[in-house]
Amino acid sequence: MSDVLLEADNVSVTFDIQRPGAWPWTPPDKLQAVKQASIQLESGKTLGLVGESGSGKSTLARAIVGTVPISSGTVLWRGQDWSAASPAERRNHGRHVQMVFQDPLAALNPRMNVGEIVAEPLITHFPDLPKAKVREKVGAMMERVGLLPTLVNRYPHEFSGGQCQRIGIARALITEPELVICDEPVSALDVSVQAQVVNLLKGLQRDMGLTLMFIAHDLSVVRHISDRIAVMYLGRIVEIADAAEVIGNPCHPYTRALIASVPIPSPKAERARHRPVLQGELPSPLAPPSGCVFRTRCPIARDSCAAQVPEFELISGDHRVACPYHAEAGLARAE
Amino acid sequence: MALLDVKDLRVSFDTPDGEVHAVNGMTLSLDRGESLAIVGESGSGKTQLAFAILGLLARNGHATGSVRFDGTEILNLPEPKLNKIRANEISMIFQDPMTSLNPFMRVGDQMAEVLMLHHGTSKSKALSESAQMLDAVRIPDARSRLRMYPHEFSGGMRQRIMVAMSLLCRPKLLIADEPTTALDVTVQNQIMQLMADIQRDFDTALILITHDLAIVAGACARTLVMYGGQVMEMGRTDDLFEAPSHPYTLGLLKAVPRLDVPQETLETIPGDPPDLTQLPDGCPFSPRCPLAFEPCADRMPALEPFGEGRFRACHANREDLE
Repeated sequence: MSDVLLEADNVSVTFDIQRPGAWPWTPPDKLQAVKQASIQLESGKTLGLVGESGSGKSTLARAIVGTVPISSGTVLWRGQDWSAASPAERRNHGRHVQMVFQDPLAALNPRMNVGEIVAEPLITHFPDLPKAKVREKVGAMMERVGLLPTLVNRYPHEFSGGQCQRIGIARALITEPELVICDEPVSALDVSVQAQVVNLLKGLQRDMGLTLMFIAHDLSVVRHISDRIAVMYLGRIVEIADAAEVIGNPCHPYTRALIASVPIPSPKAERARHRPVLQGELPSPLAPPSGCVFRTRCPIARDSCAAQVPEFELISGDHRVACPYHAEAGLARAE
Repeated sequence: MALLDVKDLRVSFDTPDGEVHAVNGMTLSLDRGESLAIVGESGSGKTQLAFAILGLLARNGHATGSVRFDGTEILNLPEPKLNKIRANEISMIFQDPMTSLNPFMRVGDQMAEVLMLHHGTSKSKALSESAQMLDAVRIPDARSRLRMYPHEFSGGMRQRIMVAMSLLCRPKLLIADEPTTALDVTVQNQIMQLMADIQRDFDTALILITHDLAIVAGACARTLVMYGGQVMEMGRTDDLFEAPSHPYTLGLLKAVPRLDVPQETLETIPGDPPDLTQLPDGCPFSPRCPLAFEPCADRMPALEPFGEGRFRACHANREDLE
């Protein structure tokens, strides 16, 4: 086992929600956005995080970065807990952890030119760096992500979505971080551009030895970049395994539904496929179902699912799944 | 007679940076009840094509050519006449379900307004028809939902409301512009299934505009691939996926990440979509085309028929693809 860069152990995130129309002194409702999630990020590897909107993927990522307070559990960076560190130390630590966001245009300040955007983290973390050096680094980084360095004086609105995402990536990598968290970096892009950005991230990871956390709702994209995949539903991790194992041998009915939702670009295969379309939508996280949270949409749910919370069971190697009936889920798939 | 007949449609915009040529001589036709997918990257002119058909172009845009709907010319009709056709005969679903509903109006009122305006239906009757339509797009508990505001619905639900609203006047043609792009895969799957059912049940012709070839496979009978405002190839969806006859189609197909077949790396189409202010004289795809050779940059290939109902515009031999 290679060395673990970051370990999140039993992390929960709870938000206080004031009911609309309630008196200010009534206690707020608790919204459990992430419940007891444990993940490990191995150095130089990619963890994919999949789930629908509202499943808590981004919140978990933000809890790891430290922009959302954790209500219980620990996050260890190379074995050290950063939550207790002083603000100055944490800011310094921020250089090692960077993020790439979903909406490429909204994530860039429209009043700064590209050069200023890419240079900003560098100037923040290395205020003593001479200007010439900053300019040189920004130029090199822009070239590396496939942008002409002559474009430094342009503004974000002059670029296409794919180019904006490249700017976002350049900004994230300029401080030479160890961990980059990509929050749905390709969801807003065209399919052809999506492939370019995924390949770019893979190349950068190889060259710079980055550790990546790649968040998306589309399993087909995640599988291309991930070594391990964690599937989230309503704040819980329901399945985690190596990427090939999750795709080849999905055990949780939710994972299977996600795989079945990915369209196949072949009319024949599409017609031949029996599609267990996942009906309905995520239940409200303010009032999650009792027992297994997925039971309200699960095709193999039974009475016992409402009664007890499924254990996050280790079924083989390092494949964990939170469904006691996963064996049947496998059978149904083989039919 | 075809329901929709577009001939040599051209759309351009006057901008401070020069003239932008969004659509450059599009010709297509669609029969009653038929479904057609229009596929291409951002900036290939798909949306402006739809806007030109419906007369929704921005003020600096102008369209030339011919668009015949049900035998009558509708291109550049005056607003009052177009308003009769829009919604009653042709309706459109826009890309972003978050912003295409009025946030200040109850969903029921917005829907009823369509019928009151176009058919002069009474409010109570319009509301009950709206409830029926919400039922048809499988929104549970439709009656009570009429009194809710758009922000109380999720993205998928809002897109269902848009579908319901566009069907209220029983249009003969429905144009859906990237209806699932902003949605989760699971919800995308639900909406695509819904569109297929609706098309069958209401016998509506459908034009589906998308950048994702994968969702077209199960949804439309015919597919048209568009680039730089021109048709690259067109044909039955089955044939087009089986044997793409244009390097651009091939590139789009290879870029789709798949779960059913192993892929080492994702293939990409190098370069960016064309600059619509300075289109090359020849094929707009030639600067990015792996098969481009000497005539490509100078001369646009004609859209030539081959096989059964298929057309392609490419100088390269079909055998050289793959």
